[in-house]
Amino acid sequence: MSNSKILANGVDVYYGSKQALFGISMDIKEKEVTALIGPSGCGKSTFLRCINRMNDLIEICKVSGSIKVDNEEIISEKTDVVSLRSKIGMVFQKPNPFPKSIFDNVAYGPTIHGLVDSKNDLEEIVHSSLKKAGLFDEVKDRLNEPGTSLSGGQQQRLCIARAIAVNPEIILMDEPCSALDPIATAIIEELIDELRLNYTIIIVTHSMQQAARVSQKTCFFHLGELIETGETNKIFTNPDNTKTQDYITGRFG
Amino acid sequence: MFFWSLVLIAVGIFSSFIYGRSRIKLNSKKQGTKSKSLPNYYAQYVLMWCLFPALIVYFSWAIFQEQIIQNIVISNFEYIEGAVYNEGLLLAEIRNVANNPSFADGKSIEIINAASHYSSLRQISQISFYTSIIIIMLLGALYASQKLKPEFHAQHTIEKYIQYILIFCSSVAIFTTIGIVFSLIFESLRFFAEVSIFEFLFSTEWYPFIPIREGQTAAEGSFGAVPIFAGTFLVMVVAMCVAAPLGLLTAIYLAEYASQRVRKIVKPLLEILAGIPTIVYGFFAFVSVAPFVKAFGQSIGIDASPTSALAAGMVMGVMIIPFISSLSDDVINSVPQSLREASLGIGANKAETIKKVILPAALPGIVGAFLLAISRAIGETMIVVVAAGTAPNLTGNPFENVTTVTVQIVVALIGDQEFDNPRTLSAFALGLVLFVITLFLNIIALQIVKRYRERYE
Repeated sequence: MSNSKILANGVDVYYGSKQALFGISMDIKEKEVTALIGPSGCGKSTFLRCINRMNDLIEICKVSGSIKVDNEEIISEKTDVVSLRSKIGMVFQKPNPFPKSIFDNVAYGPTIHGLVDSKNDLEEIVHSSLKKAGLFDEVKDRLNEPGTSLSGGQQQRLCIARAIAVNPEIILMDEPCSALDPIATAIIEELIDELRLNYTIIIVTHSMQQAARVSQKTCFFHLGELIETGETNKIFTNPDNTKTQDYITGRFG
Repeated sequence: MFFWSLVLIAVGIFSSFIYGRSRIKLNSKKQGTKSKSLPNYYAQYVLMWCLFPALIVYFSWAIFQEQIIQNIVISNFEYIEGAVYNEGLLLAEIRNVANNPSFADGKSIEIINAASHYSSLRQISQISFYTSIIIIMLLGALYASQKLKPEFHAQHTIEKYIQYILIFCSSVAIFTTIGIVFSLIFESLRFFAEVSIFEFLFSTEWYPFIPIREGQTAAEGSFGAVPIFAGTFLVMVVAMCVAAPLGLLTAIYLAEYASQRVRKIVKPLLEILAGIPTIVYGFFAFVSVAPFVKAFGQSIGIDASPTSALAAGMVMGVMIIPFISSLSDDVINSVPQSLREASLGIGANKAETIKKVILPAALPGIVGAFLLAISRAIGETMIVVVAAGTAPNLTGNPFENVTTVTVQIVVALIGDQEFDNPRTLSAFALGLVLFVITLFLNIIALQIVKRYRERYE
């Protein structure tokens, strides 16, 4: 229990009258990569978006149950969503840089959170974030160009740099490579492997190979239920549940 | 007369349709082959050949009949030596007598003769009108029926005709616009032949009351439009001061804060504002707002006139709120949701997200909305006619009377309808300026909006 970073217990999610998640309970360890896999519409993205309360944006979405981050309940009226989200970064399916310069994209978070006092500090954070995201060498000469001028893979790494610039502890990744070509995907996967040393990462993915490559833990969702969770090695070689077996061997999904 | 001819045409096209349909069926049965298109297309083919020639005859009669008859009557009129006639009055008199014989009492014999000539011409025209419609429809149907063979591709031909019809319809609007522009230009040229263009554009005296009939006495007029442009600009600025913040904040509320339910109710309500006739706004401005402005002006020690730029501008601002709010709302809504999520996901709050991400991203579209609203404001007439006054003051004080381009056009056209003097012709020059300004504003606005769209779609 001691190094449990996120602890979910009996999480139900409804979109209007339709229930999307059924009593999800999960224990996510610190500084590990946890992959959420499962067929489309199984609720893995929905669960991911519960962790930083992104589902609040959807008017008809109701979340109940308990999710504790660092032993603090976050499914509650009292939760400070803004500070929660600054602790939990998110990378989205489609790269979504702001229509601003590369520099301003990364500087956005530190500026609004008042993390820096001087211009030099800001530059320092921007540069180090870009370095951590493995993008710095490619863009260091054109930090003032718009972020949207980068290639898809670079944009996604820019989004990762933007997320880690506010120094989060957890990074949520919602199919971060689904819009990228294999080479850009490989770069991002390598990056995830490095980031694992400092961050707790939860990644939703459609690619089972990707889950196998980058994650230590894997959770298999099906029709809104968490079917099986365990060490990635075990899930992919010797799952307990026949549904998991069927999915990873490609019999459905 | 024209009603019955429409009935006649309707009967004609109906029977031509039936005829075409049964004829092609008969023909294909006779030849023992299936027709290339469905029978209905052959029927439509006959119908079109029946209808369009008839319509051409109909409209040429409607347009030219009266003119031709009048010319014949006038050219045959037995003028009395030495008497002076006004052709227009004479024609009106002849028509009156012809339409209503009781007016004939006391008229001269020439007029009565002319009136009966007029009546008989009308009768001839009517008979020949009906005959030619019937003949042309029969000819059309006859021509078309020769083509009714199974191997004829009626459908292709019909589609070509429909394309012509569509082209014709869309060119009506375009040619009307071109026509209006040219009439503006030519009438303005007549104006500038009498008044120098430099005086019009740069002089600050607008006093268009010149002697328009021989024998009238009045001062020499002057046509410096600067006070009018200044007045238009002043009213527009006041209107935008009201509409820009209100409209933009409304849009932000609607797009970012309001729930779906509120939005569904409020947005149509706002758009109803745009549907209120502007004259209603006008008397609202005059009856309610202008006295308030006057009282307010007095309370702070400014001598306000009963109609003022401020009153008109404020009400006009309310009028254009829906333009700004509705367009800006659309623009803000089309900022991708992913940008919102990105910003919120970093831990920005809603206000920061709106200020730093959404508004900058939506800015070009919002500017476009403002420009469209401005062009609407300077083209607006009724509110300013009623509530801003007609005095061409060159002033920056919104509590004073001002006048605008549109108001001066109204003033120029009231009373005298003969376009033979600079006063009435000035309406065209002002209209031309207004047209050019709004045209440019619209082009710029649409360009901005388009470029913005391209970025996100």
